[in-house]
Amino acid sequence: MSQLSNRQTWLTLLKRDLRIAARRRSDALNPLLFLLMVVTLFPLGIGPGPDILARIAPGIIWVAALLASLLGLERLFRDDFQDGTLEQLCLLPQPLAFTVTAKMTAHWLLSGLPLVILSPVLALLLSLPLQGWWALALTLLLGTPALSALGAIGAALTLQVQRGSSLVSLILIPLFIPLLIFATAAVENASMGLAVHGQLAILAAISVLTVTLAPLAVAAGIRMSVN
Amino acid sequence: MWRWLHPYAKPEATYNLLQKLLPWFVALTLVTLITGVIWGLAFAPGDYQQGDSYRIIFLHVPAAIFSMGAYMGMAIMGGIALIWQIKTAEWAIPAIAPVGAALTIVALLTGAIWGKPMWGTWWVWDARLTSELILLFLYVGVMALYFAFDDARTGAKAAAILSLVGVINLPIIHFSVEWWNTLHQGATITKFERPSIAASMLIPLLICLAGFAFLTVSLVMMRLKNEILRHELHRAWAQQRLEQD
Repeated sequence: MSQLSNRQTWLTLLKRDLRIAARRRSDALNPLLFLLMVVTLFPLGIGPGPDILARIAPGIIWVAALLASLLGLERLFRDDFQDGTLEQLCLLPQPLAFTVTAKMTAHWLLSGLPLVILSPVLALLLSLPLQGWWALALTLLLGTPALSALGAIGAALTLQVQRGSSLVSLILIPLFIPLLIFATAAVENASMGLAVHGQLAILAAISVLTVTLAPLAVAAGIRMSVN
Repeated sequence: MWRWLHPYAKPEATYNLLQKLLPWFVALTLVTLITGVIWGLAFAPGDYQQGDSYRIIFLHVPAAIFSMGAYMGMAIMGGIALIWQIKTAEWAIPAIAPVGAALTIVALLTGAIWGKPMWGTWWVWDARLTSELILLFLYVGVMALYFAFDDARTGAKAAAILSLVGVINLPIIHFSVEWWNTLHQGATITKFERPSIAASMLIPLLICLAGFAFLTVSLVMMRLKNEILRHELHRAWAQQRLEQD
């Protein structure tokens, strides 16, 4: 049997993860529904006044997105760990830090990208001004790769822990804070008609940094768990 | 360097070294901390603006500095544990983390007590306070991860990876929070310029800093000794050592 090239391997892994997700749709849908419901709770709790909602909308949407991204993390590696797929990944000729990027990309396509697509609806629900819409979509587009990358670190480190989901939140939430700060600042500035390039550039920088460095930590975490 | 270090990969050698050094560090801690605190609290002049309430600086600043220093030390130990697989370095992580977390709590509490008369409130969402609180969360995360595993070595490796991830993120968190909101007074002695504090206050503060440094090191050494004994209890040398003491 001929050996697969790096690109073929990567694409095969990506397709495999997407196919598994397509057969178990609720796994990918539940975090999105959760996000929608959390966003619905805020007008009910705070009051439906459009002024105050528009003021706190960026914060609500981003906090809800952070929490929703924690929900789906368990499925990232857990099943593959239990049925031995991760061991096979470790045995591939390609470095593990490279192959896990395929899984992280699949996770982003299933959890990050839908958020970007959903963001106009969320902005509408919270009566965010029109200038804020595209800023919100852009911050989600630039920030969610970092969420997937950091989330993968948390998921890889807690593979062997029984019921590790609360532990994952504990170790990940502090790491999410910079994203929250710059993303909400960008949306707020955009709503007021100010420039947002600075914040978007920093968000992009954080994403690039985490996406390049996280695979190393993820690979180390998986190797530690698989042994 | 390596030739000098490698005997201490053996837990027994590290234990003996700690045993030898610990009394000295405890003595230094007592001398510097007592001198510094008494000098600072009783003899240093009062501040022209803040009166006597500034005196909590002699506890607040050292605790805050070494809460971050301890995290750095923990991350370095994590790196050593991951790269050279030295067991003593793995055990240093649970030895350092609670000490660092305690220093963080001391810094937060003294900060709150100082903030009440100065800012009129116990807590404000200011950059430095917030990043200190996040530092506490990072410590809690490392400790929770370390103790979550059935197998202690896996837990140590996971905590080592997390502490390294945290140390990369710490400056990002710090600067993003700083950019977000700032009320705290600027740094007095840790900036790279002439310190903006009178010498009569600076000297006791520096002594207190040294005192907290020795205190942190002594506490970590004590905890590390216990960790080594706990993990090596099945070995003959550890049994002997326990009977001697």
